[in-house]
Amino acid sequence: MRNGEVLVGLDRALLSGREYVGASRIDGPLVYMRNTHPIGYGELVECLDSNGHRRTGQVLDTSDDVVVVQLFEGTSGLTLPGTRVRFMGEPLTLPVSEQMLGRVLNGLGYPRDGGSLPKGEDELDVNGLPINPTAREYPRDFIQTGISVIDGLTTLIQGQKLPIFSGNGLPHNQLAAQIARQAKVLAADQEFAIVFAAMGVKYDVARFFIDSFEHSGVLENVALFLSLADDPSIERTITPRTALTLAEHLAFTKGKHVLVIMTDMTNYCESLREISTLRGEIPSRKGYPGYLYSNLAELYERSGKITGRDGSITQLPILTMPNDDIGHPIPDLTGYITEGQIVFDREMHGRGIYPPVNGLPSLSRLMKDGIGEGMTRKDHPHLANQLFASYSHVKDVRNLASVIGEEELTALDHQYLEFGSFFEKQFVTQSFTENRSIEQTLDLGWKALAELPPEELQRVTDEELAEYYGR
Amino acid sequence: MPQRIVGQVKRVNGPVITIKGVTDAMMMELVHVGEQMLVGELVKLDGEQAIVQVYEEATGIAPGDNVYGTGMPLSVELAPGLIGTIYDGIQRPLERLRDLGGDLIKRGVGSPSVDRRKMWEYEPVVRVGDQVGPGFTLGTVKETERVEHRVLVPPVLSGTGPYTVIRTVSPGSYAVDAIICSLKDQEGHEIALSMLQKWPIRVPRPVSERKALRVPLITGQRVIDMLFPLAKGGTVAIPGGFGTGKTMTQHAIARWCDADIIVYIGCGERGNEMTDVLREFPHLIDPRTGRSLMERTILIANTSNMPVSAREASIYTGITLAEYYRDQGYHVAIMADSTSRWAEALRELSGRMEEMPAEEGFPAYLPTRIAEFYERAGYMATLGNSEGSVSIIGAVSPPGGDFSEPVTQHTKRFVRCFWGLDRSLASARHYPAISWLESYSEYIDEVAPWWETQSDGSWLESRREIMELLQREVRLQQIVKLVGPDALPDSQNFILEVCALFKTAFLQQNAFDDIDRYSTVGKQMGMLRLILSYWHLGAAAIAKGVTMVKLKRMKVVQEIARMRFTVSNEQAEDLDRIQIRLERAMSQLGGIYEER
Repeated sequence: MRNGEVLVGLDRALLSGREYVGASRIDGPLVYMRNTHPIGYGELVECLDSNGHRRTGQVLDTSDDVVVVQLFEGTSGLTLPGTRVRFMGEPLTLPVSEQMLGRVLNGLGYPRDGGSLPKGEDELDVNGLPINPTAREYPRDFIQTGISVIDGLTTLIQGQKLPIFSGNGLPHNQLAAQIARQAKVLAADQEFAIVFAAMGVKYDVARFFIDSFEHSGVLENVALFLSLADDPSIERTITPRTALTLAEHLAFTKGKHVLVIMTDMTNYCESLREISTLRGEIPSRKGYPGYLYSNLAELYERSGKITGRDGSITQLPILTMPNDDIGHPIPDLTGYITEGQIVFDREMHGRGIYPPVNGLPSLSRLMKDGIGEGMTRKDHPHLANQLFASYSHVKDVRNLASVIGEEELTALDHQYLEFGSFFEKQFVTQSFTENRSIEQTLDLGWKALAELPPEELQRVTDEELAEYYGR
Repeated sequence: MPQRIVGQVKRVNGPVITIKGVTDAMMMELVHVGEQMLVGELVKLDGEQAIVQVYEEATGIAPGDNVYGTGMPLSVELAPGLIGTIYDGIQRPLERLRDLGGDLIKRGVGSPSVDRRKMWEYEPVVRVGDQVGPGFTLGTVKETERVEHRVLVPPVLSGTGPYTVIRTVSPGSYAVDAIICSLKDQEGHEIALSMLQKWPIRVPRPVSERKALRVPLITGQRVIDMLFPLAKGGTVAIPGGFGTGKTMTQHAIARWCDADIIVYIGCGERGNEMTDVLREFPHLIDPRTGRSLMERTILIANTSNMPVSAREASIYTGITLAEYYRDQGYHVAIMADSTSRWAEALRELSGRMEEMPAEEGFPAYLPTRIAEFYERAGYMATLGNSEGSVSIIGAVSPPGGDFSEPVTQHTKRFVRCFWGLDRSLASARHYPAISWLESYSEYIDEVAPWWETQSDGSWLESRREIMELLQREVRLQQIVKLVGPDALPDSQNFILEVCALFKTAFLQQNAFDDIDRYSTVGKQMGMLRLILSYWHLGAAAIAKGVTMVKLKRMKVVQEIARMRFTVSNEQAEDLDRIQIRLERAMSQLGGIYEER
């Protein structure tokens, strides 16, 4: 009888922790082990190199002759005979506690700030478990970010996942930092705890966020998981999972409202592609693995609210669209999972508009139930609808003007141009430190509409016109 | 518990598990893997090896773990109690799972799909001595206030028919697994039947014959019912990039369409969307019956973070439940949101089984699977001699909103109606963002006779007229883009004006407005007639010399623009009053010019 079959009857728990010396193959971050006892799929792996440094890994593929392990800290320095591997018989877990707020950790949850390992109140599987849809509470609490274009047109709701689709060189970090600083729930005057996951971003970017948190005095309320550009790329695949595991603990066990900022999702996806290619998997679009959608969904769906529990997880993932292409697989699949998107526009940025949010492709799917009477203001739904409709007409007028010249436009079209410029320069534009209340935002929206004659405003009711128009 | 061991795990690669030592396993057999008893299905046999796809997260499964067979294919349970329930992709009741395992879905938690403890008031229809065959109604149960559940003789019975009823219970309360009727076949074998039946999800339930499609599925959405109607028993695809309103359109149809039963499959979509349906449907009132919408709805939720192989199964689970109610003589509509996620699940599993890919990594059998699914729709004469239908409304999520990708293209081959969602309409918040240029319906001729009886014979002609105007508008818009609207004569500018009015006053529909969210057939016809008569009268006035500015300034035009909010379904005759005012205003305008 072969080795594996003898061991079937033995308790695998007895064998866990047993050390195997010598790998059969090492390829990128993957280590192939032969002749092991039966290893469970997804098990946690500890690997020691010849110098005794410990690395953490996970089983990616298991069979009775070879086991594939991915090492999150990379494989540089490992030798085939000198590699010692222990299979721990349990999935990768993260010790979680409130003490982790105010700390700087790496992608696996080990300290980066020179402090001691945070003591865990609980050990949680980093992969989490799906929330039962019947246990979810539908998110409908408005978060005031103080940014007009978001509050007014793509309202952020507590428990929502709303990504920022940006491009290289655009001020997405500033906007994320501004949201983190200003966000508050009007109903409950409660501070957000912030979990920040950096994947493959440059040190300066991480520094910018730390400084910004420090500046506004919230740093002790922030847990940072940093896996920077010079860290092994494989570590990025686990960073958002550890970060979200802590977020879930804070939200659903400790009852906190948690804002999770994840940047940059593009780097995360690149790392997935790297591993997938190494394993020789069949690629789908642009070389990304076929399971990219499911994989991203496992992250993004770890947000929301649960009935009967106090806390919430609001996600603000940031991704840079390669070549500003919204049809690229990463923004595309993200948009199919998240509850809307905030889209940056390079041309608006070029014209000096901050935040350069293009209102038309931007969308908040949860907005409909979180605005209006009793939540923001009763005119908000129709006003937002009208601003979208009118602004979309502005784009048509501008196209026409570029063909036939502005002089040839009708008087009404000129009014639209005026509206467009007021909308962009007064309503959308605001400074990095400006914090507008929702009333200010909505009043500004009506001021913009006042540039247009009332008969053009079909999306608002007569009562609203009487009350707010041209006031 | 299933104790027949069919083999041992050899390799685990995500949801795809290779097993060895297989001797007596059956293709598509339902199996349980490891001591955690993860649910799986055997999808490939190869000598002593077999491949199992597991419907739960496979963490912890190791080579050598036992795989247990159940001896039957993956099946759903059919009995009273399905309606109003929310299931996952393999028909596990999610509310029950929550009671058992808490707010998160833990692995290996199982529960019967239909509650065995609940008692139902059963009313037998057959009497001892009656001759029955497959599909005959044995008795009825009031499942909800609006759905009378007909307990049928299973479509496939052992022995040879016809069968004779030898025992039946008296009216009273019974659990679903209690024996309610016994039959005897020609050889004298006895067959005991309960209300509970099982049916394999991948096999279509048999019917007596397919019928022609003649009746439209009225959705209450004007752009659909008037321009691109769907027939009961028909199939339609709704493709659209993210944010174009697929889910919104599906929700609107699920709420207001005139089907008897709705099966809503959330296949690989957002968790919060299912919560939204769960939260909202019990409180929404069906305008036709005055009862809660949940009393006709079955939900299947396999959200994007739930295991991918269960997502593949969820579509089949949903359609099997639909067919079961069709066999009872109901009209069922299925919303599948989204079939692209299902196709991607196929791709992911196929990739893990290391099959040779065809286009964009999808397996070569993708078109076959899509065809098989859509062919399960239809208007049928059932085995029990009644009529029922299954209509499929499938959302497609093309990557990048590009309709040339494989799933959209293959789907287009097998559906006869196409509601293409347009991103520029969605950006302008024109909902439902169904493009009138790209969409089509092949059911127009088939449902025209029905509509003609509803509209004094004017539907087909009105529809043709407005579609023609929309086509002419496109050409005119191209000119306007080059030279500006002032270059057009008023007679052509008026076409733009009428089309703009048609879009805001008719095609757009606000799903959140109490009046506008749903329009009856009468209101839809009235609205269309009004806009067309504005076109006819206006065009005639312009020919007489009236300027378009004067026409636009008429107060009645504002009334038409707002009629979708102001005229309720019950008072569709108010539209006639607007019609009279329109005629009066027009004759006043025309009068001024004639006097000159």
